[in-house]
Amino acid sequence: MGYPHKPHPQETVVLSKHFGEVEARSYKGWVKRGGYEALKQALTMEPAKITDVVKESGLRGRGGAGFPTGLKWSFMPKEKKKPHYLCVNADESEPGTFKDREIMRWTPHALLEGTAIAAHAIQAEVAYVYIRGEFTEPCAIMEQALGEANAAGVFGKIKIYLHRGAGAYICGEETALMNSIEGKRGNPRIKPPFPAAFGVFGMPTTINNVETLVAVPHILRNGAAWYKGLSLSSPKSTGTKLFSVCGHVQRPGNYEVTMGFPLKDLLYELCGGMPSGRTLKACIPGGSSVPILNREETERCLLDYEGVVEQGSMLGSGGVIVFDDSVDMVYQIMRLARFYAHESCAQCTQCREGTAWTTRILERMLAGQGKPADLDLLLDLSENMTGKTICVLSDSCAAPVVSGIKKFRNEFEAYLAGKKHPVLAA
Amino acid sequence: MPDDAVQLTIDGVAVSVPKGTLVIEAAKQAGVLVPHYCYHPGLSVAGVCRMCLVEIEKQPKLAIACATQAAEGMVVKTQSEPAKRARTSVLEFLLINHPLDCPICDQAGECELQDFTFQEGRPATRYSPDYAKRFNPVEDFGPDVLYVPNRCILCTRCVRFMEEVAKEPVLNVSERGDRAYIGIHAEARLDHPWAGNVVDLCPVGSLLSKDFLHKARAWELDKTAAVCTGCSQGCNVTLDTRENVVVRVRPRPNLAVNRYFICDHGRMNYRWMNRGDRVEAPLMRRDGELRATDWDEALDRVGTLLRGASGRAVALVSPRVSTEALFLARELLSGLDWMGAFQVVMGEEAPLAGIPNLALRAERAPNAMGAELLGYRRDYAAALAAAESAALVLVLDEPEVAVRTAGALLYIGTVLPEGARGAEAVLPIANVAEEEGTFVNRDGRVQRYLQAKPPPGMARPAWWVLSELLATAQRGDHPATPADAFDLLAATVPAFAGLSYASLGLGGQGLNREVRVPA
Repeated sequence: MGYPHKPHPQETVVLSKHFGEVEARSYKGWVKRGGYEALKQALTMEPAKITDVVKESGLRGRGGAGFPTGLKWSFMPKEKKKPHYLCVNADESEPGTFKDREIMRWTPHALLEGTAIAAHAIQAEVAYVYIRGEFTEPCAIMEQALGEANAAGVFGKIKIYLHRGAGAYICGEETALMNSIEGKRGNPRIKPPFPAAFGVFGMPTTINNVETLVAVPHILRNGAAWYKGLSLSSPKSTGTKLFSVCGHVQRPGNYEVTMGFPLKDLLYELCGGMPSGRTLKACIPGGSSVPILNREETERCLLDYEGVVEQGSMLGSGGVIVFDDSVDMVYQIMRLARFYAHESCAQCTQCREGTAWTTRILERMLAGQGKPADLDLLLDLSENMTGKTICVLSDSCAAPVVSGIKKFRNEFEAYLAGKKHPVLAA
Repeated sequence: MPDDAVQLTIDGVAVSVPKGTLVIEAAKQAGVLVPHYCYHPGLSVAGVCRMCLVEIEKQPKLAIACATQAAEGMVVKTQSEPAKRARTSVLEFLLINHPLDCPICDQAGECELQDFTFQEGRPATRYSPDYAKRFNPVEDFGPDVLYVPNRCILCTRCVRFMEEVAKEPVLNVSERGDRAYIGIHAEARLDHPWAGNVVDLCPVGSLLSKDFLHKARAWELDKTAAVCTGCSQGCNVTLDTRENVVVRVRPRPNLAVNRYFICDHGRMNYRWMNRGDRVEAPLMRRDGELRATDWDEALDRVGTLLRGASGRAVALVSPRVSTEALFLARELLSGLDWMGAFQVVMGEEAPLAGIPNLALRAERAPNAMGAELLGYRRDYAAALAAAESAALVLVLDEPEVAVRTAGALLYIGTVLPEGARGAEAVLPIANVAEEEGTFVNRDGRVQRYLQAKPPPGMARPAWWVLSELLATAQRGDHPATPADAFDLLAATVPAFAGLSYASLGLGGQGLNREVRVPA
């Protein structure tokens, strides 16, 4: 991790190697650390060749969906008939996730380098880095870095623009992000058409997460085989991944481990375990949108795309939220639902109305006025909110509700039976 | 099978549609209406209401019929359990923030939320009455539009209409989540000349016409296919009548003319159809005064007058009367040395930017083209001058008339203007809502309108009056129905050759383009 703690011996620091080194933020400091070598190399390569290397490396999208990056790039038209665009999703707004923020804070040039390489690979001359509005410090650092890199002329024909969001969670959804760049309301678009055919300004567009792009220079420099070799487990999950751990652990923060690393070791070894006297109750392994794991599942879980799915959740963005035994799961789930109700873009009926209704049911339950039928109602609403909308925000609201009721039903029932003292939901 | 067609099955019915057709449109061809709110054929696809979710075989998830293109071999099921369940849940979600104020809502009876809820909604809500419903006060959006946000289901049809069709994007979706509502630009009003269409587009009672507010319940209305008389565009409309009073004009889709829209000028242009100051009996001059009589006497005396007429005759006609009446008036004067003219009220042109060749036209007359094709001239002043020395002046429902003539003045009209009180005879006729007939729009499209209500008193359709006069004056054929009148016209006037009343249908037909308007 490198900041604020020194890397743990069990970490594999590739992306986070220079976290904490102020000098690495400057162009000179970055070049001293071998920066922009990969870009120089890339600019001499055929774009298709770069895509092949990335395909070969097995790199998958780090934003949440885990789509193979090389494959995504290969969807761009081979023959360029219209302008191509690259969008960099730096709108890291998934609750529990703060890895991209640290990447931009400490190694802005790593992102710029990865962006330029990707832009070359997909034959884009313009790249937009869409930075979350609340990220004032990372944005200032990125601006400074972009200025220096432009002055050094490292990007050739490629132009990189920083675009600041205005604080909407939904703008992290790729098509909402494109609408936002276009100056429109950040509403997700119906797919198809997919961005590779009809993206920002209606042109072929590729969109990648910050962490994904930052891995690309390493892959070019060290080769696909090296990157693949970093995985401890499934050949379908390669390389290293940053996990943002927050909640009830001794040392919260970002940890970079290779794919297949046990979640148990991450929590108990790297993060120092629970606060003293507490035990683990539950864990959300991939940002607030994925199903909650109980203790047994958490301790069995291997951190790669397949391992987390095996335990019934998803790797998502790698935002690990840890709950100890002091936590009221009903309250936590209400907080999550309230977040989604607040952030729903209001397009799809199920999401607009369902997230708010779900929140109201949970709030009333917490106030001690829940009805016995509420649990079944919540599950039914969640089913109606899953897989039926333009984007997955409404699914994301349903996931913690469904998994929470399934795994911690007794806590809900305690509220319904009046055995638990009502809490103020505010 | 042509290359650009695909075959698919919808609820067991096989249909063939052009490539690129949306499933929701293909379903119409299979006789299946997929319930929907945000989709409208005249607007872009939004795909937000999620009401048209259908099951498509071999697809893992339900798909929205409005954004899915029909594909070869596709098997669509709108009535499968998952599809029905999904729609029932959308209805339940839509209703949690919707007030159940149907008894005082103008939309009740023609409300798509009401209809589909009756069709496949839950019998009762599971939304606890303890929870608040979204509340926002009613907003005054523009000259004729009220916004009732509580009833809004955020389908965004109004936003898309203003943005894409009117190209004056003054509406948006404001706020997020279930707090969202339709917002209007802080410094703008919904006063675009075509803004009233948002009221028709609104599937619920959220956007209301002030003009129609609490005027009638939807089930009290009788609907009649008609043609707008507001200008020469010839937009297809429906006249809504309640107890024989026209209370509303709404667009009737015609892709060749007005697509799905009408302008506010046309929408508001109906009050005169309900005027009370009508001529209700034939009036004949006797002892220097106009006195009411019956049709037998009136027709007999006017027929005698016409039979004895000789010398110059002048016809002053309104470009708002039917083509049939214009034709029969011409036939009536054909034996004489006659000339005819009409005048057109002019106004400002107001195009609908997003639709080619659709505008509120400067010429505020529905049948100027018809009058011109039948030999009436635009030089109204010359005709007025000629009338002074004419032996016979026939006025056909032209209210702006001040005729001084040495000869006999025959006035055939709906009302009796001051300037025509010197007439020998006044024959009362039905107005456009009280008869059927045709208009020819500016593009030479002949379109039928139907009778929406009965004429008052003894007033009769102009074609009937003129046909009777043709009979009593013994001047050629006298048709017995509007269809006969039109078919006689088509057989007589080359521009109308090949057309028949029956073949016009309710969508109209273009004129014989080979024939130019007579100079």
